[in-house]
Amino acid sequence: MRPHLPILPILIPFAAALLQMVCRRLAWQRVIGLAAAALLLLASGWLTQLSDDGLLRVYALGDWPAPFGIVLVVDRLAALMTLLSAVLGLLTLLYASAGFDERGQHFHPLFQLQLVGLCGAFLTGDLFNLFVFFEVLLLASYTLLAHGGGLARTRAGISYVVLNLVGSALFLIALGLLYGTLGTLNLADMASRLLLPGHDAALARVAFALLIAVFALKAGLLPLSFWLPPTYTAAGTPVAALFAIMTKVGIVAILRVQAVALAPAMPDLLAGWLTPLALATVAFAALGALAANRLRALAAWLVLLSAGSLLLTPAQPGDQVAAAAIYYLLQSTLTGAAFFLVAGLIAGQRGDCGDDFRAGPPTTTWVRIAFLVVAASAAGLPPFAGFVGKLMLLTTLRQTEAGTAIWIVLLGAGFLVMATLARQGCILLWKLPTPRATGPAPAIAWQRALATLLLVAAAPLLAIFAGPLGDFAQRTASQLHEIGRAHV
Amino acid sequence: MEALLATAIGVLTACGVFLILRARTFPVLLGLTLLSYAVNLFLFASGRLHLDAPPLIRAGASYTDPLPQALVLTAIVIGFGMTGYLAMLALRALAESGDDHVDAGKDS
Repeated sequence: MRPHLPILPILIPFAAALLQMVCRRLAWQRVIGLAAAALLLLASGWLTQLSDDGLLRVYALGDWPAPFGIVLVVDRLAALMTLLSAVLGLLTLLYASAGFDERGQHFHPLFQLQLVGLCGAFLTGDLFNLFVFFEVLLLASYTLLAHGGGLARTRAGISYVVLNLVGSALFLIALGLLYGTLGTLNLADMASRLLLPGHDAALARVAFALLIAVFALKAGLLPLSFWLPPTYTAAGTPVAALFAIMTKVGIVAILRVQAVALAPAMPDLLAGWLTPLALATVAFAALGALAANRLRALAAWLVLLSAGSLLLTPAQPGDQVAAAAIYYLLQSTLTGAAFFLVAGLIAGQRGDCGDDFRAGPPTTTWVRIAFLVVAASAAGLPPFAGFVGKLMLLTTLRQTEAGTAIWIVLLGAGFLVMATLARQGCILLWKLPTPRATGPAPAIAWQRALATLLLVAAAPLLAIFAGPLGDFAQRTASQLHEIGRAHV
Repeated sequence: MEALLATAIGVLTACGVFLILRARTFPVLLGLTLLSYAVNLFLFASGRLHLDAPPLIRAGASYTDPLPQALVLTAIVIGFGMTGYLAMLALRALAESGDDHVDAGKDS
């Protein structure tokens, strides 16, 4: 069991998807899905605990040795990201089991395949395999996005699919170039060959630039981020919440490629352009949040804002910045997902008014408190995790070259977001229509309530355990950079 | 041989990019198909061009790199599935809005 642990986060959801395709009854699919997600949580939690010993676990698929066969590589970052996917997967699936999964066919198998793609993309050590897992998660996300139907989803789906197909084409071109110049697709092998003479350095540089461009498309860096807000706004509530981790796949890929291959061989590739574009993304997202007319749209812009903040980090040297990025990534993913779930609950209780920013029927008190918690965390206000994450980012980025600009933009964006959330939150939760609606707010299914409360609880919990988590993030970042330094 | 292949990839890519930038879903779909052809040829060429050589290592015989062929096969399968899904999505948008514009039925 233990030697095969690295493959379990891929196999568990895959087996569940196969089973669910055989058992077509929704009740069975729910049970299988939730059980698989819980198992995935256990496996990835165990993996994360094991990975903390600092060893690099390499799992050779089919027992073919590394440069020839395909490997999975588990370091702390990969294990942590699978754990995050598992937590998010379990909770959003619980939320979806209260009726969202009835609105179309094959929701459950697709959801599990999405988890396969996510875990695989985090665990793989081979760039072509990364492409394959990207496609698995994208294919599942295309169909999950369209789940529930409606013209808004179809339309958002078309631009999302077209953009990602172009992105996949660029990814393949980059892989072809890399294989043509370096003769390998294993990332670690690639990094060591980059330092040896005898390859076309300019071509390899172009290939890595293309690769970073593809990851930036997934992450939502500014000129490539216009697809993100409409797509996330159109997606169903649990799907949008699960998508909160999708931009992070691109960011983790950039962090990893940068630390393992680029930092030793071509440290100047990201310098000069990534940080300004990330700052522009943050500013753009803050303005978009200000202009949003629905709570879900606001949540989508906040996802973009967190992606922009995270993209400030890969171009900066040093473990400290990467550690801050990892903590920020954890909290922003969970808070972003919680925001979508709370928006879904509010929309469900307000009937025809939905989550539009206008006066409507009142909502249950605990939903309002949940909104207050996620909004405060998203705006980076103490005492929640958003504040700790932002503080870590700001303090570590202050020493860097663009420190002043970063401080101005991040704090300005934070102020805009806080003002927006305060204003729209008041309209949404306190402003009642005249004549006043009578009767209590519609009841909330227990699955939805439990999933939302657990996700919302992440905001205070991550802040309370910020000490040990920050230490873990520091060890994760050091290990990531050690892998790069080992090649030199 | 190299010039021919390079020209073919270039022409396919150019036509593909042109078509992807059109405003109707069908040309966009065709553009993506052309682009994926170009990408597949490009991947194929990343193992260098060999004529009349099998992708097997045998004593004394010349061989071609089998890995790009495997990659192309994977890319073809994935690209085909994706394009099929996009076609379905485009048809659904057409049925729902009565328009095949990529921004079909946009209010503003």
